[in-house]
Amino acid sequence: MKSSVIVFPGSNCDRDMDVALNKFGFKNQMVWHNDNSVPKSDLIVLPGGFSYGDYLRCGSIASKSKIIKSVVDFANSGGLVLGICNGFQILTETNLLPGILQQNKYLNFICKNVFVKIKDKKNKYFKNINKEILELHIAHNEGNFFCSEQELKSLEDNSQIAVTYCDSKGLEDDENNPNGAIKNIAGIFNKNKNVLGMMPHPERMIDKYLSGEDGSLFFENILGNLK
Amino acid sequence: MKIKIIVTLKNGVLDPQGKAIQQTLNGMNFSKVDEVRQGKFFEINVNEKDETKAKSQAEEMCKKLLANLVIEDYKII
Repeated sequence: MKSSVIVFPGSNCDRDMDVALNKFGFKNQMVWHNDNSVPKSDLIVLPGGFSYGDYLRCGSIASKSKIIKSVVDFANSGGLVLGICNGFQILTETNLLPGILQQNKYLNFICKNVFVKIKDKKNKYFKNINKEILELHIAHNEGNFFCSEQELKSLEDNSQIAVTYCDSKGLEDDENNPNGAIKNIAGIFNKNKNVLGMMPHPERMIDKYLSGEDGSLFFENILGNLK
Repeated sequence: MKIKIIVTLKNGVLDPQGKAIQQTLNGMNFSKVDEVRQGKFFEINVNEKDETKAKSQAEEMCKKLLANLVIEDYKII
């Protein structure tokens, strides 16, 4: 299976993602934002970081970059596109996903481990994963997911909410909502569920000695579902 | 001609920076301040003499890049 990680000026989780993808069996390639098209891939990843210095709005400049047309075409043809953190912000700015990631409610940069509940398994990202709650890492200043009431209803009606912030037992309340996101949303799908954007970083949880291995589960699972 | 654009958060959208500024102003004894909304200001020079044409271009710029219409409104002045 082939994957591509798109690198923007200011991306800083691109190499971690490269390590993770290669570790679990993807043949990964790094693709520069100014390239015309993405080489043949089974998965495209928009990594975390601060593309274009977060100028204007997080992800807004990257959403107009040269490579994006190719990413959008790939997504519209059913290809898997995963956006992590800044990648999630880019996906909302390209309109592949609804809503927007606003500044965290309490104006602080949050860097810590969190628990998220998997809300839907009828998709290539979470199908066959044998856990309901994952421990992942977040590091962001703009992760406060917001959308209109109509959009929220449509997300709920189509089971497009992918993961929500919760405690270790799965309780989703304000106390376990680190950034003020509407309905504790940490990640969402598009309608076809081939595009996933989420704030938590699975690529930071792939080593049992350094972190935890819930990220390993995530990547192994995608690979298994693609085969 | 020079076009000026103001982008602000829509009414009802949480503005934590505005709130923090308001609380600071209150703490500085500007006790009558009961709301602050923070926004962005753009000054764009368009090489176009026709004001209507320049403003319609600015409108497109706002819709496509300068504002995110999920949470922001824009005003061209």
